[in-house]
Amino acid sequence: MNPNTGDAAPRTVRLIELAHGRSGDKGDTVNVGVIARRPEYYPLLEQLLTVERVREHFAGMITGDVERFELPNLYALNFLLHGALDGGGTVSLMTDAQGKTFSTAMLRMELTVPAGVLEALESGQ
Amino acid sequence: MTQGSMIRIASGQGFWGDLLTAPVDQVRNGPIDFLMLDYLAEVTMSILQKQRSRDPSQGYARDFVPLMGEILPDCAERGIRVIANAGGVNLEACRDAVLAEARKAGLAGRVRIGVVVGDDILDRLPELIARGHELRNLDTGEPLETVLDRVQSANAYIGARPIVQALERGATVVITGRSTDTALTYAPMIYAFGWPEDAYDKLAAGVVAGHINECGAQASGGNTLADWESVPDLANVGFPIIEAYPDGTFYVTKHPGTGGRINRATVTEQLLYELGDPREYITPDVIADFTTIRLEDAGPDRVRVHGVRGRAPTDKLKVSISYHAGYKAVGTLVYGWPDPVKKAQAADRILRQRLDRLGLRFDEIRTEFVGWNATHGPLAGPPPPDLSEVELRVAVRSTDRAAVERFTREIAPLVLTGPPTVTGFAGGRPRVQDIVAFWPALIDRREIEPFLRVEVTEA
Repeated sequence: MNPNTGDAAPRTVRLIELAHGRSGDKGDTVNVGVIARRPEYYPLLEQLLTVERVREHFAGMITGDVERFELPNLYALNFLLHGALDGGGTVSLMTDAQGKTFSTAMLRMELTVPAGVLEALESGQ
Repeated sequence: MTQGSMIRIASGQGFWGDLLTAPVDQVRNGPIDFLMLDYLAEVTMSILQKQRSRDPSQGYARDFVPLMGEILPDCAERGIRVIANAGGVNLEACRDAVLAEARKAGLAGRVRIGVVVGDDILDRLPELIARGHELRNLDTGEPLETVLDRVQSANAYIGARPIVQALERGATVVITGRSTDTALTYAPMIYAFGWPEDAYDKLAAGVVAGHINECGAQASGGNTLADWESVPDLANVGFPIIEAYPDGTFYVTKHPGTGGRINRATVTEQLLYELGDPREYITPDVIADFTTIRLEDAGPDRVRVHGVRGRAPTDKLKVSISYHAGYKAVGTLVYGWPDPVKKAQAADRILRQRLDRLGLRFDEIRTEFVGWNATHGPLAGPPPPDLSEVELRVAVRSTDRAAVERFTREIAPLVLTGPPTVTGFAGGRPRVQDIVAFWPALIDRREIEPFLRVEVTEA
């Protein structure tokens, strides 16, 4: 509750609280799989992790576009980040030429979750 | 193996260089019917091609041979068959070395080695191009002709059918070149269950099982992000084992008493690894739809997988081509407290000024600050206050070898001619590395499949 207004305030959470994941490379593209820690979180991830939001999050880190695929059967989203690996493979000069740490780069994203949503999800309402 | 019922396919190696004890443990710590070993990454073929050009008896995954010497007696005793893409670009040499190991172990007459030949199209490239196959780069659209004089290896990804043939002809060890990683796992299912070529849902299930097996312990608790600190006994991690049934249902599990973890979370992480469009996981035998996978926890370290759907494959095969694309080198120095990032940034500026003054041309100079922002870039925010040290990492790339070589001599001088409290230079001058780039392309499968040959030889 917001003590001044009496309203429940929206909560800021890091994506890593709601999801885990794994990333890997294909040429100059990184894929980031984002997996809901609880099935109930999946609709929220689908709603909040838009292509636009992810593109904005990785601004300055990727030169190409972002694609999103849904796997509701696994409570997961798969993102392709194009132009993420400085050419990829052995051409890349990056420490993380295989994109292994892009999973947590994604998961450090801060999300604003509407008031009460997480609590409602957790109590199964 | 009980024909027609359930078979166990164990993963023993997720890449060349993986845990050496894993395949031995898979064979000795419990029941399995097949052991699959994945040795090939995209650039491995070019390394092997280079080894073969220096020595005609080389060009395969050498570690495979002593491993076979160690496990073949157990495998022969218990009827375990081995399937490995260890043959690289010299299948015959790999086979002969394993045959020698088998005889040395007193297994003459008890080991039959099948090889699948024909994926290597390096020598056929000029002829294929002359006949109008442009082998355009799937990422850039350029025709292969532009780099043809620098090509080092070229291999078509082949599917499970030739492996199945080898098994049908009694091979107890099947050695392939560039077969797909997943085929190593589902070929035994086709063989044991008699799945026809158009059993697409079952084949797709096999592909999913293959995707889980192909990275070894990455499906059984290794590199697991979900609650990683609670994953038990990774020192003794058990690699995954697929228990496959004729209807395409399978369980992912591992031997009792081993470390690691298999549950929905660890298997899901692996399913998403290196995934593209989940509805189109393309293999030579089937296109699997990963959005149809059903996963359920089915007991401790046991996950049930079912419901997978698939459809007919395309008329193309993927080709993996590697070519020489210049040179690179990486120099590192460590800067200490106070203000390590500021010092490393100053050193980077000085280095770049000197490279510039020398008139050296690079396609790229990349600077990273390991310990601050090397992996997460701008997401890392400003350097944390009172940081103790940071590693300056400068990498260069050029088609001019001399420029890269000169760069390697500009790192050490920074120690006495740059910012203070610098260390971490004991490793000596950076090494100039050849860049072997990957060129993905497609080819009509009718250009490859008629050339595939299966040979089975007895020890």
